[in-house]
Amino acid sequence: MRLLTHNMLSSNIKGVTNGFPLRIEVEKVVEKEVDLNPDFLRSMFSKIDWKALVHAARSIGYSELPDEADPSMLDSDDFLSRFHHALLQLHLEEGVLICPETGRRFPVNKGIPNMLLHEDEV
Amino acid sequence: MSSRPELQAPPEIFYDDDEARKYTSSSRIIKIQSELTERALELLALPDDGVPRLLLDIGCGSGLSGETLSEKGHEWIGLDISQSMLNVALEREVEGDLLLRDMGQGLGFRPGVIDGAISISAIQWLCNADKSSHEPRRRLKAFFGSLYRCLARGARAVFQVYPENLDQRVLILNFAMLAGFSGGVVVDYPHSAKKRKEYLVLTCGPPSVSTSAPKEDGESYSDDESSGDDENQTVCVSDRHRPRKKQRMMKKGKGREWVLKKKEQMRRRGNYVPADTKYTARKRKARF
Repeated sequence: MRLLTHNMLSSNIKGVTNGFPLRIEVEKVVEKEVDLNPDFLRSMFSKIDWKALVHAARSIGYSELPDEADPSMLDSDDFLSRFHHALLQLHLEEGVLICPETGRRFPVNKGIPNMLLHEDEV
Repeated sequence: MSSRPELQAPPEIFYDDDEARKYTSSSRIIKIQSELTERALELLALPDDGVPRLLLDIGCGSGLSGETLSEKGHEWIGLDISQSMLNVALEREVEGDLLLRDMGQGLGFRPGVIDGAISISAIQWLCNADKSSHEPRRRLKAFFGSLYRCLARGARAVFQVYPENLDQRVLILNFAMLAGFSGGVVVDYPHSAKKRKEYLVLTCGPPSVSTSAPKEDGESYSDDESSGDDENQTVCVSDRHRPRKKQRMMKKGKGREWVLKKKEQMRRRGNYVPADTKYTARKRKARF
């Protein structure tokens, strides 16, 4: 699972009002090389919750992202490549996602988070 | 035994390792799936500016549909309830991210972040109650509600569906409209029993000129669901904020005439209805 998906994902357990962002517990992270597409990054930038992305990237061991970001930084190639790396190239292979409110743990196996809820959580 | 997989077993059981393997070994299935996806993508009518979009593939299964999305350069997130199918997707090394998730439990994405959603032959599973805790209406509502929230305004969702009958199609569509979607059904090849394919084309937010129903393939007709009944077609934003019952605005309530009319209707249907008397529809005293 990439951080792109993590940034979109929120916990939807019954009664949880703010299930975003899910905390990450890492067991294994892999890197996969992907082509950089500046257009996509620019269009995604407005949708990304930057704080959550920085936090998630740090928790899986990538701390090259600046704390604050604004759209003007998208012109810098250096920034784009870091953004790209964090968003699309780092994959959480094994680990756990944790709901920030209830502490419910969603295991991640082979890169696939198991987000199935129990019957009493729906 | 029925040929419809929905009637045989719940999806997480029906799509076991054996069934999942078919999706890599059968070139016919692969061809059909990719054709369906291409058509769905066409109906999605994304702006043609070469910018990749973030799409959702609901019921992505082994990732066949996702591969078509990747070919077109889009990023996608796929969700499916069957671990076996997702394992096949892993083997195929699909480019999108995969989630093990039950669409009937709601999608669980942040609001407004997804540029479009497709689903190939999956939505009809929502109409089944495979566990005692499953209530199709609630699941449909959770699904469409959460989908509406996570889609960006003006974004589209295209679902290729195999509804079992008219009732099922109306049920699915009604819940889509209730969630706030506008749109209808596009039928490709309506005259051929085998080739016939239905697509639910839904738009997030009120309909506009640019999002009018697209043309069908083959010699086809536009099947605007529950035709002629405009109220079911769209639930506009303004409509949704209208008080549920007019009664509240009229204050006075429904009155004797209304009750008599209803009773007459029921009688005509052959139901048992108490006789009309001077007590019919009379107000209770305040002290009651």
